[in-house]
Amino acid sequence: MRALRVIVPPLAVLGATLFAAPAALAQDGPSGQAMVQTCYVCHGPDGRSAGPVPALMRGQKEFVVRQMLDFKADRRPATIMNRVAKGYSDEQIAAIADYLASLK
Amino acid sequence: MITTRRAFIAGTAATAALAAPMLARAASGAVVVIGAGFGGATAARHLKKLDPNVEVVLVEREASIVTCPFSNAVLGGSETMPGITRSLDALKSAGIRIVRGEASGIDPQARSVRLADGSRPAYDRLVVSPGIDLNFAGVRGYSEAAAERMPHAWKAGAQTVLLRRQLEAMPDGGTFIVAPPANPFRCPPGPYERVSMVASYFKANKPRSKILVLDAKDAFPKQGLFQAAWQAEFPGMITWVAGKDGGKVESVDPAAMTVKCGFGTQKGDVVNIIPPQRAGAIVHAAGLTTDSGWCPVDPMTFASTRAANIYVVGDASIAGAMPKSGSSANAQAKAAAAAVLASLAGRPAPSPALINICYSLVTPDYGISVTDVYQVSKGKGITPTPNAGGLSVRAPTDLGERKLEAAYARGWYKNISADTWG
Ligand SMILES: Cc1cc2nc3c(=O)[nH]c(=O)nc-3n(C[C@H](O)[C@H](O)[C@H](O)COP(=O)(O)OP(=O)(O)OC[C@H]3O[C@@H](n4cnc5c(N)ncnc54)[C@H](O)[C@@H]3O)c2cc1C
Ligand code: HEC
Repeated sequence: MRALRVIVPPLAVLGATLFAAPAALAQDGPSGQAMVQTCYVCHGPDGRSAGPVPALMRGQKEFVVRQMLDFKADRRPATIMNRVAKGYSDEQIAAIADYLASLK
Repeated sequence: MITTRRAFIAGTAATAALAAPMLARAASGAVVVIGAGFGGATAARHLKKLDPNVEVVLVEREASIVTCPFSNAVLGGSETMPGITRSLDALKSAGIRIVRGEASGIDPQARSVRLADGSRPAYDRLVVSPGIDLNFAGVRGYSEAAAERMPHAWKAGAQTVLLRRQLEAMPDGGTFIVAPPANPFRCPPGPYERVSMVASYFKANKPRSKILVLDAKDAFPKQGLFQAAWQAEFPGMITWVAGKDGGKVESVDPAAMTVKCGFGTQKGDVVNIIPPQRAGAIVHAAGLTTDSGWCPVDPMTFASTRAANIYVVGDASIAGAMPKSGSSANAQAKAAAAAVLASLAGRPAPSPALINICYSLVTPDYGISVTDVYQVSKGKGITPTPNAGGLSVRAPTDLGERKLEAAYARGWYKNISADTWG
């Protein structure tokens, strides 16, 4: 049982991503995967920035959601992320964070 | 064995036309990409990333890519030519077949591309990202030969080096004329970044020099930010003449180094003519353009609305509110790659995610930006998301936005380069 529990989270993440896809299509919006690809021009391929733009925190859903929501509400001072984050609904931010969390 | 299939067929048209579709269908798909610039290289890499089994052939006339982004910094002396030159080697390592050469034609019926050496790579889907051609005839008296006296430097490379040499040779107290074209053209904020970078160079090295901007337009991107910065950093050096005030250049005389416009006949010590532009030649021959000189596409997929199985991304495409930028080309190429794979698999195309970001340097330590996250629909096309995106703050705070953005502009360059060429 314990061993199984350890395996569950990644599967759950994968499941969430898979099940999220049809819903995203139904709303006719881009998937988390598609949205995250566009972050890479600034944050580097797969979020691995060569600096000084910060690397994207992969595997940390809560952190990414919190930062994006703080940028969006101008709670966190920023040069550009506040303008970027305002382009996404809270649901889209969750989808973005889900996808980033699925990256190793 | 399936893995030994060849999408690349040298030989006669007849052989290629007969053999190509059969071979191609045996594979999970063969995609030819024309152009290894921002759009083409991103499309090729992204196709391979999403489906390692797809066969990708990338056709490029140049041995390496000299990027326009940061070429203005070369003109200002804070960047070097090697610093803006990108190798295609990492694309090869990613399993992409690079074919060095000129694509001289497209045969949509046979689904093959004609190369200058006579070979005809076949495709199931074709992605075209040829960038721009300069319309020299758009300015009376201007020509490819005239560009040796009055460089455009709007395709980075030898022209960038030439313009830099001229600026270096110019005596202190000289006049540098820049003449930007009407919309649409590659990199709408580019001419004004160029003015800024050259002004930075003059300020440090030739402080009595002047810059005269003779513009075909009445407004330009980030205008308020640029003009405030010019006033603060280079007081009295830059004069911008709007089209409505006679700025639109009517003709040039390269021998006399003069430019004629409603504002009078102006003589420059160094003259930079940025002529009107159109999509790269290959798409015209293939009938992919409208009278505008650019390629209409389905905004959801970047599929040409003129020919089946062909996708157009980057500067060559008509992409709604997206400016012609390397950043736009990168995002469009990813959307097209996903659409190509969906179409090969017989699935509906996924919704595209599109953004643009244009950083501009005013001085090496002073950066500004404009960005947009787009909404895309079949009916309205590509439109900016309301209440998002936009310009850098007008009044910088304790954060030190201008200096940070100059550093982030360099970070963007490194990261988009890695994302595009590996
Ligand atoms: C001065 C300046 C500054 C700029 N700064 C920025 C910036 O800061 N940020 C930004 O996002 N954008 C910037 N841009 C814009 C950017 O350079 C272009 O928008 C971008 O290059 C477009 O990508 P593309 O793939 O459409 O074309 P390109 O990058 O030009 O790629 C096209 C490629 O196709 C090849 N090709 C064309 N036809 C053929 C053929 N028939 N056969 C074989 N090969 C062919 C060409 O050799 C070329 O390598 C700037 C532009 C300029 C001029
Ligand atoms: C225009 C370039 C650009 C784009 C596009 C961009 N970012 Fe950023 N991002 C930045 C910069 C610069 C910062 C640093 C904060 C600032 O000054 O804006 C940052 C910061 C962040 C942070 C905080 C990182 C940390 O460790 O504190 C997160 C999270 C983030 N971005 C997520 C994203 C996501 C997700 C996307 C795509 C939807 C994205 N960014 C697109 C430039 C960009």
